[in-house]
This record gives sequence, C-alpha cells and structure tokens, in this order.
Amino acid sequence: MNSMRPETFAANAREALADATLTGALRRATDTFADRRAAAIGAVPDWQELRTRAAAIKAHTLARLDHYLEQFVANAEKAGAVVHWARDANEACAIVRDLAAARGSKRLVKSKSMATEEIHLNAALAQDGREPVETDLGEWIIQLAGETPSHIIVPAIHKTKEQIGELFVDKLGIPPSSDPQVLAAEARTRLRAHFAAADLGISGVNFGVAETGTILVLENEGNARMTTTLPAVHVAVMGIEKVIPRFADLETFLRLLPRSGTGQHLTTYQSMLTGPDPTGQGPRELHVVLLDNGRSRIVADELMRQTLACIRCGACLNACPVYQSIGGHAYGSVYPGPIGAILTPQLQGMHSAGTLPFASSLCGACKDVCPVKIDIPTLLLELRRRAVEGEPAAAPGAPASLPTRRKPLEALGWRLWSWVTRSPARFRAASALTRLGQKLPFAKQLFGPLRAWQSTRNAPELAKRSFRSQWRGPVR
Amino acid sequence: MSRKVALFATCLGDQLWPEVVQATADVLQRAGCVVTFDPAQTCCAQPAFNSGYQQEAKAVARRFVEIFERADAIVAPSGSCTAMVHRYPHLFRDEPAWRARAEAVAHKAFEFSSFLVRELGVTDVGATLRARVAWHDACHGLRELGVHDEPRALLAAVRGLELVDLRTGEACCGFGGTFAVKFPELSTAMLDHKLSALDERVDVLSAIDSSCLMQIRGRLQRRGSRVRALHLAEILAST
Repeated sequence: MNSMRPETFAANAREALADATLTGALRRATDTFADRRAAAIGAVPDWQELRTRAAAIKAHTLARLDHYLEQFVANAEKAGAVVHWARDANEACAIVRDLAAARGSKRLVKSKSMATEEIHLNAALAQDGREPVETDLGEWIIQLAGETPSHIIVPAIHKTKEQIGELFVDKLGIPPSSDPQVLAAEARTRLRAHFAAADLGISGVNFGVAETGTILVLENEGNARMTTTLPAVHVAVMGIEKVIPRFADLETFLRLLPRSGTGQHLTTYQSMLTGPDPTGQGPRELHVVLLDNGRSRIVADELMRQTLACIRCGACLNACPVYQSIGGHAYGSVYPGPIGAILTPQLQGMHSAGTLPFASSLCGACKDVCPVKIDIPTLLLELRRRAVEGEPAAAPGAPASLPTRRKPLEALGWRLWSWVTRSPARFRAASALTRLGQKLPFAKQLFGPLRAWQSTRNAPELAKRSFRSQWRGPVR
Repeated sequence: MSRKVALFATCLGDQLWPEVVQATADVLQRAGCVVTFDPAQTCCAQPAFNSGYQQEAKAVARRFVEIFERADAIVAPSGSCTAMVHRYPHLFRDEPAWRARAEAVAHKAFEFSSFLVRELGVTDVGATLRARVAWHDACHGLRELGVHDEPRALLAAVRGLELVDLRTGEACCGFGGTFAVKFPELSTAMLDHKLSALDERVDVLSAIDSSCLMQIRGRLQRRGSRVRALHLAEILAST
C-alpha cells in the first residue's frame, strides 16, 4: 500500500475497497473515535464558543506569523534552546543529520510527529546509519511493518490486532497472540531498552508559545515524555504554523484537541518544555527546527491560509465518509483525509497532488467537526478551480501557473454545458435531443459517465415530458 | 399568510422528475402560496462549480440571478441547489456589482421544507400516506442550510406515516455530483454503508434532494430492494 501516489487515487480506492479486513478495521475504529468525540464534546456546554475562539486565535496568529515567530524564537533562545530555520524538507533533514553527526549520536529515539513524516526524516537519518526507533506504539508497529502511517493520530488504524500479532511473531519471534495487553507489554519491554540507551531524542511540536518560548508535546503513552527527557539531546521539529501567542491560549486548545481527536478530556501526558533542563538531569541541549516547507507561501494566500490553522486532531478523518471507506494510504500522501486533500496539494504542488481535492463528495462533515473551523469544502472547491484554471501568480507581475488537471475534452464539455445551460432555448433543444438519444438501445453504453454510473446503479431516464412543458400556470 | 413564490424546478427536477416539482408546487399552493414558474430558468450552475469550472459556472449563475432577482421568494425542492445559490456571493467575490445582486438573490432562496416550516410556519399540509419512512439528511441541506428538524416536523404531521429512525441518517449517500461517476466504486461503498442500516421496518427512504434520491433509488433498484425512494414533496402531496 505504501507505493500509492495521489495521481492514482481512483485505483488506490478500488484496491482499498477490495480489502475486507481493511475496510472492517477502518469502519470500527472511525466509528469508535467519532462516538467518543461526540460524547466528549456533549459534556462541554461552550463547545461552539471554544471553536470560535480557537479559529480567531489562529487567524490572528497566521496574519502576524512573522511577529509571533520572532517572539517565539527570542524567548526560546532566552530559555537556552537553539533554534534552526529550515526552508524545506532537505534543509530540515540536513540540520538534524548534522546535529546527530556532530555529537556522534548512535541511538536515536523518536516520538510521533507528522512534521517528521512530511520531511521523511527517518529515511534521511537512515542514510547515516542513524534511523531512529519509533516509540509511539502505533508508529513502532508501522516501522516494524515497513509501512507509513495511515492516520494523523492513529498511525496503525488500518491494522487489526490479529495482523499486529502476526507481525510480532514474524519480526520479534514471540509466541502467537492477538491479545492487545500481551502485545503492548512486549512493545513496552523492548522500547524501554531503547529509551535507556538513547542519546538523541526527536519529537514534533503541538504548540509553540510565543510569549514564553515553550513547546508542547501531547501524547498518551509516556513515550514522548521519555523521548524528550531521557536522551542528552532533544531535537524538536516544529512547523512554523504551530506558534500561538500566549500561554493562556492553551486553555482553549488543550480543551479542543484531545476531545476532537480521541474523545479524551485531556491527553495522558502534556509535556511543556522551555529550554533544556537547567538541573542537568534532563536533556542538556534542546534544538527547535522551524520548518517552512511551503507554509509561508500558504500564509500569503488569504483564502487558503486557514489550512494552517489545523491542530492535527484527526477529527476530519474520522468523520469523512471517504476516509471511513478507504483509509489513509489511498490518498498517497503523508497527510490523508480531508485535511490532507487541502494541505498536500498546497505543500507539494498541484502537479503531483491535484487529484486529491476531487476525492470528496463535498458532504461537509469535516467542516462540522473541525475544532478550528477550517472551511474545508470551500478550500476543496477553490483548489479544484485552481486545478482546472491554473493557480494565481506567486508574486505581483509573476505569471500564473498553468492548470494541471485540465483535460481538453472535459474542459470543452463544460464550456458546451455552460453555453447550452445559459439559454432556455438551447437547454430545451438539448433536452429534446437527449430524449431522442436515450431511446437508442446502446446510448447508455456510449456515454462514459453513464457507463460508470450503471456499473453499480440503475440509471434514471429523462421524463417523457419535462416540468416546463407541463406547467399550466399558478392556481389562484 | 399568502406568499408569492417563484418555483425553481432545478434542472434534474425539470427534466427527470417533473412529478416532484409538481408535488412541490401543489403543496406550496395548498399552504396558501401563489406559485409562479419562469420557463427561462435552467440550472443553478453547481455541476460546473463543483468540478472547478468557475468561469463556466459564473455564466450560468448570472442568468439565474437575472431571472430570479425580481422574485419575492425562490423555493426549490433541493437543499443542494439552494446551497449553491447561497454560494453565489462567494463565487462573485471579486465582482462587487454581481456580488451585491447575488447576495440579494441568495437571501430569498429557500429550500422547500424549511420554507414551509420557517417562513410559512406550516407543519401540517393535510397529507396522508400509510408508510414507514426513514429519513436521509442530505448533506448540503443539513450542513450548509441547517435543515434537520423541518422535514421531520412535516413528516410527523402526515396521517398514517411512521417515521423510522435511521442510524446512518446523517451519513453521505455518496452522490457528490461528478464524484459518483469519477469514483463509482467508492461512491457506491459510501451508499452501501448508508443503506446497511435499512431493515424490514422501512418502506420508504425519503430526502429533500432528487440528486441523492437518484443515487439511492438506482442502487435500491439494482439490488432488487422493495424499499422505495421518494422525495419529501411527493409524500406531502399524497392525500
């Protein structure tokens, strides 16, 4: 499944749908998370006010991102952290590789982080023989299996406990079991040894607080706490959009994120790290790698900017009927689901990911559950427009980029449709022609879309007489 | 209270299900409205808009605005087409003059069930239908227009009708316009999940949108199901 690309979404989806184990596991898991979320937010009377406040804080911050980043950097450095700027994935990976090489780090551990997935950090470090051990249980399973995560917060959501049991037998040589307790205990024992020996820990960042220079890492297994405190060196990779202005803003986000993601009131661990540990018991060095990788371009676009308000809770994935049906791998991108469908084309370009905005029925369930009120359907529609009309110029005077997904025949079809539909006479003529055409025995097989429709559903027919030809005027 | 209503048949209603449009007109008239139909109308432009072809959509949307801007109230037997009209101001966000006209039209565009309940204050339209009915919350009506209680209130007043709770009532039917033909297997899998909650208690699956019902009916027929897909207007017009 890991070789899937966004361009082949239709085929990826078909492949996923043919896997009954996968679709069963996804349905159970996404239903469970959606139910837990509903129960958790049901107990918060001011949920809608919280969402509104969070959206406002994010909009304010993103509109002044340079200011808050400068403030964050100044305060993080004041606390003793070393801040690095990475323009793109290559620069970010090079920074981490150099840090590890300069210190001769041999044993690296890592806690779950989508930013490090985005830059393919593990593969980069593996080139130096320094591939980190993933310490989140789900991520560890994925690493053992040689796969990629299929969910933002539940990386192994596509696997059943039976499949994980078989994987452990195969890779770890343990006696067969599909008991989650037994499997988790085995993972704990093995991961403890890695923590004890680790000399460099890598994490992501959920929030960076500008006024204090603090970074937050949220998790449930304690693995991020150990990753960020046991090794002598801690490297945190943080997307530049993760900054929030004030410590007090956490009150809003820490209530929204766990409830939206897993349906918890709080995550089990909330590590707040301000510089390295002055007592010397924890890490002696804290490095924060600020990752741009296309984000400043998104910030410059006023409509699309809200994409970066995302706090990576995964609620839109769990609520999405497309994701529920086929899972994350079919999207062929690091970020799957509705947020992936708007983020990926902006991060990596329409050329390779321009299909993703079309991978949605536009049902709007994502927008309803988003804790920061990202208007995902509107952004999907805007990206569809850019896919067929071309993207706006990157700078004033610069040329607009060419459309990437404009198929000549399809474009001609829509022009014809528009020409016909804006004139009632042409509309009547076209519908009369269609009425004649549908009488031909092979008509439904000739027209591609109708053939696709009929592969699973009976096709409707135009009524013998349209409404307009039957209407007799108002009854008074 | 008598209201003048300009009926927007929607292109699907006009061409495929005139009986749904007629039922809509009948119910509105029974509720005391004076219903007019302007034959210059065609489509709301949503198919092109949702496919990314906004220039082509704008040309059709301008026609819609010209045709309907003199109406007192525009009523359509569709949440999706109504929601599209509500998107016109966004579509014309860079054209101030058209944006203003689009806003005026959007303000008076109503989905059928919410017009009856919210605007006219009517829930009992005098309908009778002996059937057990499950309700499909069409996405754009539900999430963009907030239509949820209105059709249920209308159905509750139909004599002989029993409303059956559907566990997957708010799940998307998988239609999504061209989505249904771009990804037919995926679209059908989403629908099959929705239909998996139907049981022998249900005679009719109903909704406010003919497009969802086209998808639902096509699959029910293909599976040889005895469950019928009926538009809300058809139920409310039954006596």
